[in-house]
Amino acid sequence: MFSLELLFEAALFGVLLGCFYAAVSLGLSVAFGLLDVPYVAHPALLVMGSYATYLISSLGIDPLLSGLLLMPIFFLLGMGLYRFYYETFEKRGSDAGVRGLGFFFGIAFIIEVALILVFGVDQRTVRAGYIGSSLEIGDYRFPYRMLMAFAVALLLTLVLTIYFSKTFNGRAIKAVGQDESALRLMGANPVKIKQLAFGIATAVNALAGALLIIVGPVEPAMDRIYIGRTFCVVVLAGLGSMSGTLVAGLILGVVESVVLMTLGASWAPAVSFGLLLVMLGLRPQGLFGR
Amino acid sequence: MNKTRRQMLGAAGVAIFSANVPSTALAQGAPLKIGMSMPQTGALGAGGQAALLALRMWVDDVNAKGGLLGRKVELIAYDDQSNGANTPGIYTKLLDVDKAELLIAPYGTNPTAPIMPLVKERGLMLMGNFSFQVNAKVQHDMWFNNAPWNDARGWSEGFLELGKMAGAKSIAIFAADAEFSQNLANGAREIVKKTGWNVVYDQNYPPNNTDFSSIIRAVRAARPEAVFVACYPNEAVAVMRSVNEIGLGSQVQIFGGGMVGLQFTPIMQSLGSLLNGVVNFNSYVPGMKFPGIDDFFKRYSVRAAAAKVDPLGYYLPPFNYATGQMIEQAVNATKSFDHKKLAEYMRKTEFQTIVGPIGFDKFGERAKPRMVQAQFRNIQDNNVDQFKNTGKQVVLWPDIDKQGDFIFPFDKARKAT
Repeated sequence: MFSLELLFEAALFGVLLGCFYAAVSLGLSVAFGLLDVPYVAHPALLVMGSYATYLISSLGIDPLLSGLLLMPIFFLLGMGLYRFYYETFEKRGSDAGVRGLGFFFGIAFIIEVALILVFGVDQRTVRAGYIGSSLEIGDYRFPYRMLMAFAVALLLTLVLTIYFSKTFNGRAIKAVGQDESALRLMGANPVKIKQLAFGIATAVNALAGALLIIVGPVEPAMDRIYIGRTFCVVVLAGLGSMSGTLVAGLILGVVESVVLMTLGASWAPAVSFGLLLVMLGLRPQGLFGR
Repeated sequence: MNKTRRQMLGAAGVAIFSANVPSTALAQGAPLKIGMSMPQTGALGAGGQAALLALRMWVDDVNAKGGLLGRKVELIAYDDQSNGANTPGIYTKLLDVDKAELLIAPYGTNPTAPIMPLVKERGLMLMGNFSFQVNAKVQHDMWFNNAPWNDARGWSEGFLELGKMAGAKSIAIFAADAEFSQNLANGAREIVKKTGWNVVYDQNYPPNNTDFSSIIRAVRAARPEAVFVACYPNEAVAVMRSVNEIGLGSQVQIFGGGMVGLQFTPIMQSLGSLLNGVVNFNSYVPGMKFPGIDDFFKRYSVRAAAAKVDPLGYYLPPFNYATGQMIEQAVNATKSFDHKKLAEYMRKTEFQTIVGPIGFDKFGERAKPRMVQAQFRNIQDNNVDQFKNTGKQVVLWPDIDKQGDFIFPFDKARKAT
């Protein structure tokens, strides 16, 4: 049953799956990786992005385009969320991180319950020409929805990498995570920079949420499934590295896919998280961390 | 003056006596509390909400008739979030704090299994709710499951018989790594072993798996002639999508079997034409006739629309209403709420319900299982109403409910009209 051809196919599909994992983790990589904010509400906002996409696409708009249209709204939401977090927690002292964790868990639960109240517990899906069909190359078949995730993840990583390395605000965001005081001495306001970064992280969630509902059906409690995976990708990458997030997502996707094909589906999550532990043991700062 | 004092003392005595007698006479006015947990959120939430609506319909109906033994029925239902870890605490609260007098189990195997030791220990009757084999090890003699199945044979026997009929000799099995799905898959594995199938793929996957492309690739590579799937609602859509995208190969004669979710309207609606050709278990499909069922669905559809739950409600709701009917018949016949008397009556009685006659074996499971294997045909996208029609889910097995012949192989069945 097992063959090299099958292994190759599993690896190829793992690349697509890995890009999807990277896409849903990029927002967290900005908020948690760069800013050190315990943004555990990230997967809940991701699911919220999926539901918002569902609403807009029910008007006949393409789900991916819906995700793009939602980005400015999510940007403002993220900025507001950070401002609230800053005023009520971060500003007050050194234990803000621990209390912040509680704050973001609270936000996640509120989002989950709100989604249940508004949409009910049923799964929601969207329709598009690229959902449910696949690209056939010889004997290989690649679902278009996964190819879409692949393309969006590459594009997002590229845009974010350029933004953080080539623009003033982008470099300021990277700097605020490293030395807030130094940034202040340069005349920049760290709070505003962080607010901007949080806005970007949440805006990315809108697009990633659209991908989530394109790839599969969503339900309000789905954030619980993704909390482990997204944090795993970000930590494996090395906090704050966009290209690292893509590579970590790819590693996780390929390992999961190959393990699933060879050892069996039940082993896939265990081997993936085992890999994270081994990596952290050998390189605690993650793959691309400094 | 003395007379007045005596009258006052007498009146006070009556008042004190009355206050200290929480006896049957006084309790008759209090509502009869029936307690349960129900998955209203989480993986089983969609089914649970629809089932709860049906139970509330029964409560309204029985209360309109004056209640049970003169007492109004009050249903206390907590959301267990589809999580078995929550149910022992909920049922302890129902018994010790809410003082529930009768109990109904939550929908599903995983939430029910943890409360079995509790009800056995306390000697309480528990009306089961579509769980599977939760009493196999506990062997509580006061358990009565409303589900139309008995042991694992009912789930996979029909599917495998149909597979054999189509000439299939090799099989792939994949199942969620959770209590219910594993029981189901193990039942299939047992029959497969006994009847000489060649098992070419057999894997479990972690629950809540979101993408099945890799699994379907592996199944396709194994080239099975039958594919038996035991999955939960959250996974059913993802499985079917991957089957459509990756394909299973033209050699597959039959696909489906134990997919939970393909019975729920929102999922059927969401999958639309992807369902065509799938042969899967069900509890009820249009065209099956029982006294009172049409009236039930007529009333259910109105309330379901208002409650925003499964608009068709074929799978669970009528069986939950039937649970209420069985409680009602047992209480009226025994003139008692005593669990032992009720259980004794349950064991020896065949109840007339809206899902047909229900009797129980010694383990409290259905004495005469009546689960069907039905094939989806000519399903179109974006059309809920089509599922109300006969011919969209054609019963292939068992013979008593058969509505049509099995169309195979799977590829042909997917295109059949």
